[in-house]
Amino acid sequence: MQIEIFAVVLTIAITIATSIPIGRYMARVFSGGHTWLDPLFVPLERLVLRLSLVDAKEQQDWKAYARSLVTSNLVMWLATFAIITLQGVLFLNPDGIAGMEPTLAFHTISSFTTNTNLQHYSGESSLSYLSQMIAITFLQFVTAATGMAALVAIIRALGGNRLTALGNFYVDTTRAAVRVLLPLSLVVATLILWQGTPMTFEGATKASTLEGQEQTIARGPVAAMVAIKQLGTNGGGYFGPNSTHPYENPTPLSNLLETWSILVIPMGMVWTLGEILRRRRLSTVIFATMLALYLPLVALAVSQEIGGNPAIAAMGVDQSTGSMEGKEVRFGAAMSALWATSTTVTSNGSVNSMHDSMTALGGLVPFTGMWLNNIFGGVGVGFINMFIFIIVAVFIAGMMIGRTPEFLGKKVEGREMKLASLALLLHPLLILGGTAVASYLWATAPDPNTSLAWLKNPGSHGFSEMLYEFSSAAANNGSGFEGLGDNTPFWNIATGLAMILGRYVPIIAPLALAASVAAKPVAPESAGSLGADTATFGLTLWCVVVILGLLMFMPVAVLGPIAEHLAVR
Amino acid sequence: MLTELKRGMLFTIVTMVLFGGAYHGVIWAIGRMVFSHQADGSLMRDATGTVRGSSLVAQAFTRPEYFHPRPSAVDYNAASTGGSNYGPTNPDHLKLVRERLDATVAGEQVQPADVPSELVTASGGGLDPHLPVKAAEIQIPRVARARGAAPDDIRALVQAHTEPPLWGVFGWARVNVFGLNAALDQRFGVSR
Repeated sequence: MQIEIFAVVLTIAITIATSIPIGRYMARVFSGGHTWLDPLFVPLERLVLRLSLVDAKEQQDWKAYARSLVTSNLVMWLATFAIITLQGVLFLNPDGIAGMEPTLAFHTISSFTTNTNLQHYSGESSLSYLSQMIAITFLQFVTAATGMAALVAIIRALGGNRLTALGNFYVDTTRAAVRVLLPLSLVVATLILWQGTPMTFEGATKASTLEGQEQTIARGPVAAMVAIKQLGTNGGGYFGPNSTHPYENPTPLSNLLETWSILVIPMGMVWTLGEILRRRRLSTVIFATMLALYLPLVALAVSQEIGGNPAIAAMGVDQSTGSMEGKEVRFGAAMSALWATSTTVTSNGSVNSMHDSMTALGGLVPFTGMWLNNIFGGVGVGFINMFIFIIVAVFIAGMMIGRTPEFLGKKVEGREMKLASLALLLHPLLILGGTAVASYLWATAPDPNTSLAWLKNPGSHGFSEMLYEFSSAAANNGSGFEGLGDNTPFWNIATGLAMILGRYVPIIAPLALAASVAAKPVAPESAGSLGADTATFGLTLWCVVVILGLLMFMPVAVLGPIAEHLAVR
Repeated sequence: MLTELKRGMLFTIVTMVLFGGAYHGVIWAIGRMVFSHQADGSLMRDATGTVRGSSLVAQAFTRPEYFHPRPSAVDYNAASTGGSNYGPTNPDHLKLVRERLDATVAGEQVQPADVPSELVTASGGGLDPHLPVKAAEIQIPRVARARGAAPDDIRALVQAHTEPPLWGVFGWARVNVFGLNAALDQRFGVSR
């Protein structure tokens, strides 16, 4: 048990240590500096931009930046929607998989365009190799890069003095995809391939088992996708059970690599901020605040999962390795709990165990991660959410000390607060509103267990399944309490819309907010200024995040996981 | 707006070719050149070249002369995988665990406290290829009886197929069930 906890601590330590040089590398990439990888990847970057007829010198204000973002995403949505609905008649389909049904395709493509990767299908039986490659993996690269680009634009705005130009969307996105995500993906894909993740274009194979039966083993071009789904906070797996499947995550070493891949760019982006703004102390304070939110969640999940399921312990079974329903022997309970926490505080959403089968309080941790959705965060976007909380914290702190609130020498006024509130309130509205509608439909349906048949589990856990689905959609996370029978028109369309709103509003509103801040002159900092790079501010921010970010979810937490926990004891 | 749309379309096509196509090609080529066994799915063949399974994918073993893997919610269907998704308090789940426990206690002639929870809970993907060492050990007497072999010989094979934790830290010591059963057949012959 101690060795398991040591493994968790070691994993976190390795990831933090490596996130710093990667964060600095990203800062150089986005501010046009030179790196040792330039000879390989700069020509590729130039080629992509030239072929797309992008003028790399063109500077965009926030509106033009947002317009490029939305337009390119719309085109990608349409193109990939066409591919997966027509996959049955296209090439690279050795297992003869038919085109996807329209509401499921709407959900799937919305899910991958918004970097959510919520899946209401099982990849091995619902997508051709072509779709997995040029629809899914393609979106996993480009949407992650889009999120990083949006964050970089916001960082530039924060450092600006009467600034209107935020950079160029296509240049930033290309740099993120070609010079950050691609090199890391090449390395991670090669390493997990070595560990046993398949990479083949041949179809499923038939094995004649030792007991003489036939076993059909699905495989495909898996390694390439698994690398980017981990690194780009995408999370959508090749196979239904994601990185729980031994092909997606074959060994403890692949598990370590994939866990690292979930966190390293989201963590690195916090350091990138400090490099670009030349305020390393600010990065340290924000990173420490995020870590102080993350570590208690890890501790809760790990302790609950290695503690086991009391209902199974009551049968007298040896549960010394923890709660193992839905978990794999090669990872163990503690590393599964670490993954469950990491994948939900960032907006990754890949899994290496079944979250639906976690212990009651262990299962509360992924919920909390998605409700906050700002610890390290999705590639780029998580930090954007934290930025909103920073603005609110600055405002509250300013009110408390009776001064005009300001952040980095910029006044925070009514317009900024309105935009921050919009981004802040949408998240709970989508989750609580969506869950309320689903619960109402369930409660009023005659004999819902046969007429709707959504829920795998009865009682409070069934409520948790619905709550999880909307939390995951709104947070653009993508993990699930997979017992939910979610491939129905209601769930496909409702969570599809929640994902779209949950992606574009929290990108565009902060972009507008940051632009509004950027256009203001910098006031010289004085003794009376609020220092954002102090431990006091870190503590204030931590409290604001916990109180504002979590309190509104307290009632549903009590109805779901906490009620279930109390029922067992 | 039209230039914007055109740029979006071109960018989509170019990046689709790069990340949907070329990137896969590079990883595929590395697989073919360096890791072809893994790239094909770690398939295990017998002397005649027939594929008997994958060392990474659990298959169903029910006969007494084989070690049994962890329960699978999808009956070891490697073309449609998944976990049970039962919540921890679900009565159906607990009933199933109880049934598996009773079957294991009767089949291996052990006490409930000797049964590791891995043998009564379904794995996440339904294809967990491993057993913890203890879950293999309690099966040794039964396998030895069924094969008319000395338990110590079986135990030696179990040890030979035990993978240690990575760097002594990551993952429990675990037994690869397919590898072990294939070795049993090789050593003691296939009993039909």
